[in-house]
Amino acid sequence: MNDIAIHVENLSKKYKLGAMYERQDTLRDLLVSTFRSPFRKKSGSENQILWALKDISFDIERGSVVGIIGRNGAGKSTLLKVLSRVTDPTSGIGEIRGRVGSLLEVGTGFHPELTGRENIYLNGAILGMKRIEIEKKFDEIVDFSEVAKFIDTPVKRYSSGMYLRLAFAVAAHLEPDILVVDEVLAVGDAEFQRKCLGKMSDVAEEGRTVLFVSHNMSAILRLTSETLVMEKGKIVNRAPSGEAVDFYLSSGFAETGEKVWDDDEIPVNAKPFRPVALRIKNAQGLVVNTIRSTEDMTIEFEYRLEDVVTGLRVGIYLMSARGEYIFTSFDTDEPQIYDKFLARESGLYYSRCKIPADTFNEGRFVVGVNASTYRIRRYFQDERAITFNIDPAGAPGMQWPEQRLGPIRPRLNWEIEKK
Amino acid sequence: MTTNQNQIPITYLRPAKGFAALNLKDLWDYRELIYFLTWRDLKVRYKQTVLGFSWVILQPIINMVVFTVLFGQLLKVPTDGIPYPIFSFAALLPWLYFAGSLTRSSTTLVGSANLISKVFFPRMVIPIAGVLSGVVDFLVSLIVLIGMMLFYKIIPTWNLLMLPVFLFLAMLTALGFGLWLSALNVRFRDINHLVPFIIEIWKYATPVIYGATLIPEKFRFLLGLNPMTGVVEGFRWAILGSKYVENFNPGPLFIVSISITLFVLISGVIFFRNTERTFADII
Repeated sequence: MNDIAIHVENLSKKYKLGAMYERQDTLRDLLVSTFRSPFRKKSGSENQILWALKDISFDIERGSVVGIIGRNGAGKSTLLKVLSRVTDPTSGIGEIRGRVGSLLEVGTGFHPELTGRENIYLNGAILGMKRIEIEKKFDEIVDFSEVAKFIDTPVKRYSSGMYLRLAFAVAAHLEPDILVVDEVLAVGDAEFQRKCLGKMSDVAEEGRTVLFVSHNMSAILRLTSETLVMEKGKIVNRAPSGEAVDFYLSSGFAETGEKVWDDDEIPVNAKPFRPVALRIKNAQGLVVNTIRSTEDMTIEFEYRLEDVVTGLRVGIYLMSARGEYIFTSFDTDEPQIYDKFLARESGLYYSRCKIPADTFNEGRFVVGVNASTYRIRRYFQDERAITFNIDPAGAPGMQWPEQRLGPIRPRLNWEIEKK
Repeated sequence: MTTNQNQIPITYLRPAKGFAALNLKDLWDYRELIYFLTWRDLKVRYKQTVLGFSWVILQPIINMVVFTVLFGQLLKVPTDGIPYPIFSFAALLPWLYFAGSLTRSSTTLVGSANLISKVFFPRMVIPIAGVLSGVVDFLVSLIVLIGMMLFYKIIPTWNLLMLPVFLFLAMLTALGFGLWLSALNVRFRDINHLVPFIIEIWKYATPVIYGATLIPEKFRFLLGLNPMTGVVEGFRWAILGSKYVENFNPGPLFIVSISITLFVLISGVIFFRNTERTFADII
């Protein structure tokens, strides 16, 4: 009983979509809807309701580091908000044993006009630290953040990296019993990310409980022992992290080698770019889910432009199942092609690329797509659009039935010379 | 790290249903946050201004000069023999404090939207800090008042000791209305536009540029329905002392003011507590 840090039972959270999207909730709207409602049938109002969390129950033991993964909108952030009491559940109960500290988005609660020193105190107080605690930790926080030289400069003059380091440093020294981390490590340079992850494992070693939401599968695998997989407001899997990550990566994807985007999956701000479909094709031109490693394969992205776009590049990311990038490639990488398609008229397009045989090692791979203009605008991005498998029959070295390390398995021209 | 099992605080998550307990203890737990938010308000308010903190003193003085020319000289508002500048200044001090505090406490909650949707803390600390940060400005502008009392040779009476009580009443009034307006503002952004008008109209409904003695004696207690009348007349009574009180006994008016303020404050706290649980979802 005493070893449970978080216990929740049938936790649900409902949002009314209207209330979420109509940011300008004005008195006039209320009056209008009040007067209208007697003449309106109540039907259809059910469509407006979104269950961000639905009947979630789990226990988390003290001192464990638990990952939470799931696609965007699966309810991960809502769950963290309910656990940290920012918002109340619609139904269900929960019990949290210990002080909860959250690692916030960069500089939430920082005031740009105040100096680094002043913001440490302010942010500490917002996160629930006592002043004596902050004073005691002050030097440590400054050390960790590496901004000692600028500690008396207003933070509006900081670079975004300095800002981030200071924000993380304050939160990391909060010493909560339960630390809640929501995808803050997506920013910052590699060195700093390493430092943050290190600090987080220190926190765990001190016997604190850590909840870690991330899209970065390798961080999840490195840091957590156990992971919850969320989908549409529910926990669909809870397992040791390796298993959970595999479950997540193989679930929810079309097994047909084709991903078709529905209207509600396309963000409004993608306009005038509209993704239609992404397909994996084998050497015979068939849409398949599994490719023989000895065959060429084609990745085809079909999309529509509703307006002329200048400087557009449409491309793919290729990742291993664990989320490590293998390569990125754009359809206008070649200067001649770039010049030819500098301004793309509106219409339906296919961008295809051929990946030669003997590229990938055995396993599952993830394809993401991106449509952007360099340094100007990102129209659309889906980092995990589709997966495919590689069947290694006939690949180099298959006479030894062992796992080969690394995501690629090129056929190289070996030469053996005896002197 | 060794943690005493008995000391681990347990938090219960429950749906927001029914009537919220007032549970003002959590405000006490977060008193340091109130302090830091107040301090931030003060630090930031006059940053990147050329005159900086002098605005605190300039604001009431400019107001007083305008009023003295318009209402003292041109319209000749009766002041029971008290020089108009100090007559209006004694009322302007609490009024400006009130107007500033009410504006801050009703609008800063929405201004802190990113905090509210990310971190848990009792939301009431924001309007409370808005009311507190004005007190420092008020204390600074008291220096001008002392100067004026010397200039007009007004001899302080024991009444002056009551000044903090009237200031406290102004704080409670600003907080009471601020709680209502800030909670409503989360849902209806109309409040942002409404607050300046409320304050402008309220200023004329309060005897700032004129005195309560302008109103016939038997109706005067009705002025107390506006709690700021109690505050403003209280200030005049405390500062101008016997000279003013000869003509006017603020007692009955004052009781009405206090009752109204307490009513607004208590209902404001209840309303705020019962809506704050939804702030993060709709802000």
